[in-house]
Parts: sequence; structure tokens; C-alpha cells
Amino acid sequence: MTPEAASFSFPRGRALPVMGVVLALLAAWYLAALLGNWNGAADALARAGAAPDTAKIAAATMAQERPVVPAPHQVFSELSRSTVGVPLGSKRSLVYHAWVTLSATLLGFALGSALGIALAVAIVHLRSVEASLMPWIVASQTVPILAVAPIVIVALGAAGLTGLLPKAVIAAYLCFFPVTVGMVKGLNAPDRIQRDLMRTYSASRGQVLARLRWPAALPDLFASLKIAVAASLVGTIVAELPTGAQAGLGARLLAGSYYGQTVRIWAALIAAAALSALLVQGIGLAEAAAARAMGARAPGAAR
Amino acid sequence: MTHRAARIGLLTPAALAGGAALAIAAHRAGLAGEAGSGFWLAAFLVWLAATLAARDLAALAPRTATGRRILRLAVPLLFGFLVLVLWEAVVVGAGVPAVLMPPPSSIAARFAAALPVLGADFVQTCLKSALPGYAVGCLSGLGVAILADRFPLLGRGLLPVANVASALPIVGIAPIMVMWFGFDWPSKAAVVAVMTFFPMLVQAGAGLAATGRIERDLMRTYAAGYGRTLASLRLPIALPFLFTALKVNATLALIGAIVAEFFGTPIVGMGFRISIEAARLSLDMVWAEIALAALAGSAFYGIIALAERAATGWHPSVRAG
Repeated sequence: MTPEAASFSFPRGRALPVMGVVLALLAAWYLAALLGNWNGAADALARAGAAPDTAKIAAATMAQERPVVPAPHQVFSELSRSTVGVPLGSKRSLVYHAWVTLSATLLGFALGSALGIALAVAIVHLRSVEASLMPWIVASQTVPILAVAPIVIVALGAAGLTGLLPKAVIAAYLCFFPVTVGMVKGLNAPDRIQRDLMRTYSASRGQVLARLRWPAALPDLFASLKIAVAASLVGTIVAELPTGAQAGLGARLLAGSYYGQTVRIWAALIAAAALSALLVQGIGLAEAAAARAMGARAPGAAR
Repeated sequence: MTHRAARIGLLTPAALAGGAALAIAAHRAGLAGEAGSGFWLAAFLVWLAATLAARDLAALAPRTATGRRILRLAVPLLFGFLVLVLWEAVVVGAGVPAVLMPPPSSIAARFAAALPVLGADFVQTCLKSALPGYAVGCLSGLGVAILADRFPLLGRGLLPVANVASALPIVGIAPIMVMWFGFDWPSKAAVVAVMTFFPMLVQAGAGLAATGRIERDLMRTYAAGYGRTLASLRLPIALPFLFTALKVNATLALIGAIVAEFFGTPIVGMGFRISIEAARLSLDMVWAEIALAALAGSAFYGIIALAERAATGWHPSVRAG
């Protein structure tokens, strides 16, 4: 969760081992499905009056309606059924639920990173803000923020605000902290000698910020944005849980949990994971574009 | 300097006394719910005094270490006091209904009244769910990182996958864990274990890679084997990374345990209490739970930070602070 942890690079020579690990995980998943569903499948066959022979049970573990561990192909067929099999706007479409979650995530991410950047600029420039606010910002992160989710939703709901905004507020709360911390570090990155040079040019504080501190902070900014966007997705999904939201990936998880539809839970989880990976990838593309615009030779070379 | 000292000596007590008077005055019969402009003017003055005092305090540079430590505590405490006072004054003075935002005083009263319930919730969520999950997740993360380091082929495949996995919304596996491990604390501990596993794996991987080539070569000239090098050189070098993961995981563990309770739980636990009390609109109880969670989270984080200070006293980031 630190900037080091957010490097999603796949240097050459890693493709094969990564493929190996992924294949091993898939194999382990099938094995887990076989073992996890064994008793259930055997019971079901025995109840149906069939002779419980090993091959039949093994086949049955892969095709149960409510398995303990759904097999990968079950999850992927549910995924394809609920994405391309139903109309996009339908309540049964995973794309619709993903869109509900994504829109709140993006709004919260925008709010949270704007707040985080503003706070970082204030902290770097005003000593009193740093002294009085910074300990509370750090303390705010030791609070399990997600516990606040129901309150924010109830309070904003009573004030007449429902739908997107309360979820976005929670997402923003989760994602401003990494941005603030990363930006404070980045804005303070220029050496004393560089700042002194700016002073000999008689640059104003605004100019030092725009020409020196801001460009120097960009690598840290993107590293923390990658963490922030993943955090805001988690925030949105959790914000959909405790309040009985009607739509969104979190609501889908909760509904699946109530009705014991395991396959549907796993499909929603995979959709959430794919969404998260896409969002982080998007920030990576923006980083590469920014690096190119600033004249760096390769993404990450600006560091 | 004397000028500033005089200002601090005047403004700080004024802000504290004025704030306390404001918070008490807000409850007076004529004021509660229908405060006039005089009340708001007083609130504004208290805010101004506290801000100016905080600014002057922050600009001080005491010569002794104790003085600096006191100052580092005093400024945020003053700020926190100001927030509580203004919260109380605004909520009571403007008559905000308690279902929207209860004042701090009623939250404190509720906290004191509901101590047994809060204690039971704390035991269930923090001690039974979060702590075992945290221990299992961190230890297995460290173990797998060492394995991945020992066998580089495994590491090259595993670490990128772990990088991706640590950005996934892992807390979503809570319903699956409830299905596997039942409603009680083992399912919550399992969620916490999976959540804390990946940050530890990634950080420990980075920490084990942080040793310089020269130091490793030196160990080789001493004919030290892998285990010896690991114990005497590489784990100590990796300690700052490990503590980063431990601190990140300290907050993740509480979040995981609380959120997992939204998916079904016996009738005890902080997540359970928050969701039912929010549904019954008794927000003072919800805020009392949040205060408890904040206290527990801060204490947990503080303990880890103290351990870090004791264990990595040699590291520049600790020595400088």
C-alpha cells in the first residue's frame, strides 16, 4: 500500500513464471472445488437415489447449483450470462451494477484526490496547518473509516441526499489520505539547492509551486493515485453494504450472501477485481502520458 | 519572542475557557435550538482565538526535547478541543435533530452508559476476530515472502500476482468466508487474514530485496548460509518494510473485522451493532461504537509504532524524529 507496493510492472522474463503461478492458482481452485463440494455432492446424489460412485460425485462437484466452492467455469459462465446474456440496463446485468459502482467510485476519487492535493499544498506552505491538522489526518486513518459508512448515508439521506453522493463521500474519505501523504512527500522532494536557485530568480511561492514542486511531485502523485483509486473502489463497495443499497457490486454481494447464491457472489467479486485492475491500469496510462508530455524517455524514468 | 509568548499566554486560556463556556451555554433553555447572532459571534471569536493560538504555538521552537514533545501534543489537542466545542455548539445551538448528528456530550453519555455492551463488542470484534486474523495474515505473508525469496522462480511469478491482488477489493470475500467458516468470529478472522496477507507479502518482498550487494557478498565471504544471512543481515534490514506492513495492516484488520460482520454475525460485535443501531436511527450509539473503534485503532497503531521505535532505533527515519 506504499508507493513501492503499487508498481504494477511486468518486466520481461516474468511472463512465464507469472503464467505458471496463475495456472497453479487455477488448478488449486479446481482442486478446492472438488474437495469443498465433495460431501455436498455425495449427499445430493444419495438423496436422489443414485449409487454414489466416485466418478459421478467428482462430476457433480463441478456442476452444483449452490456449491461451497464454485468451479472456475461455473463462475465464468455466470459472468458471461450476466454481462452479454441480458440487456445492459437490466437489474440482472452485472454491467449495470458495475456502472453504478464505477460512477460513485470515480466521483469519490475525483473529490478525494482534489481534497488530498489541496491539503498537501496547504501543509507544505503553512506551518500551522501542518502542526494542527497533520496529526488528525494521520489519526483519521486509524479509525476504521468504513464504520462511518452507515452514518454518512443515514445523515445525508435525512438531509435529502441519496444515491451517488453519499457513497462518493465515503470513497473520497478513504482515498484522500494516500494522496495527501504522497503529495507532501513529493512537493518536498526538490533539494534545498533547487529552491535556492528559484529564490535567486526571485520566483514567487506560486511560481516555485508551479515550476519546481509540482513537476517534482508527479511521480509520487501517480503512485498514490493508484493506491487511492483502488481504495475508493473498496469504499464504494462497502458503502453499498450496510444500507441495503438496491444496485451496485456491493449490493450484489450482499444479495448473493442472503440467498446463498455462491456463483453470483464469485462473479461479482471477479467483476470488482477486474474493475479495480482496469482503474489502476488507467492511472498507469495517464502517468505514461504525463511523463511523455514532460519529456521523459520512458514511463517511470522521471523518478 | 516575548510578544508571541504573551499572545500565547493570553489566547490559549481564552480559547479554552471561551470554548467550555460556549459548549455549556449552548444547552441553556433560551439558547438550545434558537441561538441568536450574539451566540454565533461568540462561537466565531472562540474559533478565531483558537486558530491564532494554534498558529503561534506551531511557530514556537522549544530548545529542550521535552518542550518539543509537549508542543507536538498541545497543538493537535487544541485543534481537537476546538472541533468538539464547535460541533457541540453548532448542533445544540442550531437545534440539529439527534437523528442527523448527535452532539459530542450525548455520545459521551451514551458511551459511559453502554460500557458493558461496548466491552462485549470490543472483545468479539477486536480480540476474537481482528487479532488472530492479523497474526495469521502477517506471519503467513512473511513466510511466503521468504519462500519466494529462497526460490527465485516462485518469487518472479508470485510477486507480480501479489502486487495486483493487494489492490483488489479483498473485503468482498466476506460472504464467502461466512459461508465456509460460519457466522461467528472464525469467518471474520479469515477475512482479516486474507486482507493482511498481501500487504505483508509485498512489503516483505521489497524488504528482503533491500539488502545491498556488498553486504551479501560480505556474508558470503564469512561462509554464511542462506538461513544465517537471513537472520543476521536481511531480516534486520527488512524491518522498516515489515513495520510499514504491520502498521497498514493494523487499520486494515479492524476494517476487515467490522465490514465482515455486515454479512452476518452472532448478535454481538461492532459491525453488527453499527448496522442495527443505524437502522434504528439511534445515532449516538453508532457514534459511541465509532469512538470505540477509533480508540482501539489508534491504540493498536500506537503499540506497533512504539515497537517499531524500539526495534529499528538505528534507522535514519527514527533517529531524525
